[in-house]
Amino acid sequence: MADIDIKDIIREENLVYKKTDVLTDNVMHYCPGCSHGVVHKLVAEVIEEMGIQEQTIGVSPVGCSVFAYNYIDIDWSEAAHGRAPAVATAIKRLMPEKFVFTYQGDGDLASIGAAEILHACNRGENIVVIFINNAIYGMTGGQMAPTTLVGMPTATSPYGRQIDLHGYPMKMTEIVATLPGTCFVTRQSVEKAAAVRKTKKAIRKAFENQKAGKGTSFIEVVSTCSSGWKVNPVKANEWMTEHMFPFYPLGDKKDCEKDPAEDYEKYMKG
Amino acid sequence: MAKVRGAIVVDNELCKGCGLCVVACPTNTIAQAKEVNGKGYNYAYMENPEACIGCANCALVCPDSVITVYKVKVS
Amino acid sequence: MGELRLMKGNEVIAEAAIRAGADGYFGYPITPQSEIMETLMVRKPWEETGMVVLQAESEVASINMVYGGAGCGKKVMTSSSSPGVSLMMEGISYIAGAELPCLIVNIVRGGPGLGTIQPSQADYFQSVKGGGHGDYRLIVLAPNSVQEMNDHVGLGFDLAFKYRNPALILSDGVIGQMMEKVELSDYKPRLTEEEIIEKYGDWAHIGKPANRSQNVVTSLELQSEIMEKRNQHLIEKYASMQEDVMYEEIMTEDAEYLFVAFGSSSRICQKAIELARAEGIKVGLFRPITLFPFATNQLKELGQKMKGILTVEMNAGQMVEDVKLAVECKVPVEWFGRFGGIIPSPQEIVDALKHKIIGG
Repeated sequence: MADIDIKDIIREENLVYKKTDVLTDNVMHYCPGCSHGVVHKLVAEVIEEMGIQEQTIGVSPVGCSVFAYNYIDIDWSEAAHGRAPAVATAIKRLMPEKFVFTYQGDGDLASIGAAEILHACNRGENIVVIFINNAIYGMTGGQMAPTTLVGMPTATSPYGRQIDLHGYPMKMTEIVATLPGTCFVTRQSVEKAAAVRKTKKAIRKAFENQKAGKGTSFIEVVSTCSSGWKVNPVKANEWMTEHMFPFYPLGDKKDCEKDPAEDYEKYMKG
Repeated sequence: MAKVRGAIVVDNELCKGCGLCVVACPTNTIAQAKEVNGKGYNYAYMENPEACIGCANCALVCPDSVITVYKVKVS
Repeated sequence: MGELRLMKGNEVIAEAAIRAGADGYFGYPITPQSEIMETLMVRKPWEETGMVVLQAESEVASINMVYGGAGCGKKVMTSSSSPGVSLMMEGISYIAGAELPCLIVNIVRGGPGLGTIQPSQADYFQSVKGGGHGDYRLIVLAPNSVQEMNDHVGLGFDLAFKYRNPALILSDGVIGQMMEKVELSDYKPRLTEEEIIEKYGDWAHIGKPANRSQNVVTSLELQSEIMEKRNQHLIEKYASMQEDVMYEEIMTEDAEYLFVAFGSSSRICQKAIELARAEGIKVGLFRPITLFPFATNQLKELGQKMKGILTVEMNAGQMVEDVKLAVECKVPVEWFGRFGGIIPSPQEIVDALKHKIIGG
């Protein structure tokens, strides 16, 4: 056993990981173990690594992450529930040289904002969309989301989601991947270090796509809500791995450029 | 033979005691303290500091970015 | 003398927006105002001034695009007609709450519900009293000619930026579809980011330089004490708008009776004045041009000299409430109107004056 004192390890020259300066010093209001904190950190780290803090505008949703602007030290717009893609559309079109992303939960993006996200993706808006799917409404107290699994109990499906009563869970990422305006559509997670690394790579790629003007990049992060699920954070990750991943399989659904215009223009020719 | 030694510094007062770092640690370095911080959370700490390899897995999964990681090669 | 043209009211809105140096228009088709976006798409201002024009998927999306664009400090606008403006109410409340400048054009049609596509003034309450949730007010301009449709675009943007508040042009299909001679405004260049900051301040989300703190556009504040202060600030701001109140008086010097009317009904009142005066009835017209701020004091002073006041509105009696409040009910105030898309005739108005006020 090599003999070295802890205080000799904890030196500036030995630093391998610290909180990015793009995160503010505000203490996050999220519950212990909440995936939001991890994803916020990854977005902030990508902004730092790309050196785009001064050019990035975030659009925060309604829901738990409404206060994302308190934690990532950039300019922000706080959008009405579900409308972030419309807000981001205008920001990007009016300032095409800036980086614009939305950060939205499943109630925001898949339910009340379904029209806005589908049309922004279909137009191929040159933005990044971060979609946190924890299958529940966190902020309002654990109600059923469009992504709630069948059989999963929530405050508004106390006996478990039933198809006859509530309809089917919605796979937004698969839907969005069919739209011609999207260039990169992927589903990731942050429950373990390897997954965190992959998600960060995906976020980086999404911002690089925006730089290259490739179209809409859409990143779903399957996440936990230990308060809403009523389990501790560690159990929440286990529950997610066991139940969410089989229904919401991880991985890239699409990685290309938005569809070429010629494919669509030919129908009016001849 | 070179060996890697690591160490983490947890901001005890900002730690929410979620325990995700404990699970993420491949060397069982981290545990949650029996004591609580000002907010009543059992904050994370290095229970077995000798075991730390500075892999930063704990910091990566930490939702509150309260872990700083150091690593050094020793012979 | 600016460029003279014969144009439709709706087309003029589009032309005036380009000339005002607007940065963006976001809209959704609805009768009777679709010519506004159609004209913009024909004009292709993105090639000329760089102005962005986008047909959104809904009015809900278009007003939120306006929210996003206004948050960049840009001159952005939308237009719609009554049912579409109802859909925008959530977004308008957010824009007012976040104190963003923008221009909204409502070419009103008869309601409620899907109603009719014919002209109406039934959205007075919705425009002037708030419409969306929470305590807020819009700056409301009521043009009564194609010329004023042109003028109010520039004026609306100026007032919106002066107060950092949404401004709304409340018009209807009469003026929107009518062709008249118009003297167009001269071109104003679009402002650069630096010019926006210099002129209007550094509050917009345009990217955070290292030497300033974050700019966050939001209407959210969970601490009641701070939220109350915000409300207090808004109330004071709305009160301060009185300095920009606009109105017009026609033949009021010798008047014993007064019509109060805005927008297209004020035009009909001018003919009604002719008819009434031919019969020896001394009647004049008070026309509020800004419906908010409302010319309460001016109307009080003039109105209390009258024997009676008739408000003429293409609705079931909305502005009449503000007129009664203005004159503190010290003179008789009655309402006459047609609705559902019907425009009152001048003779009907004279008859109503006789029956409701003079003989009343």
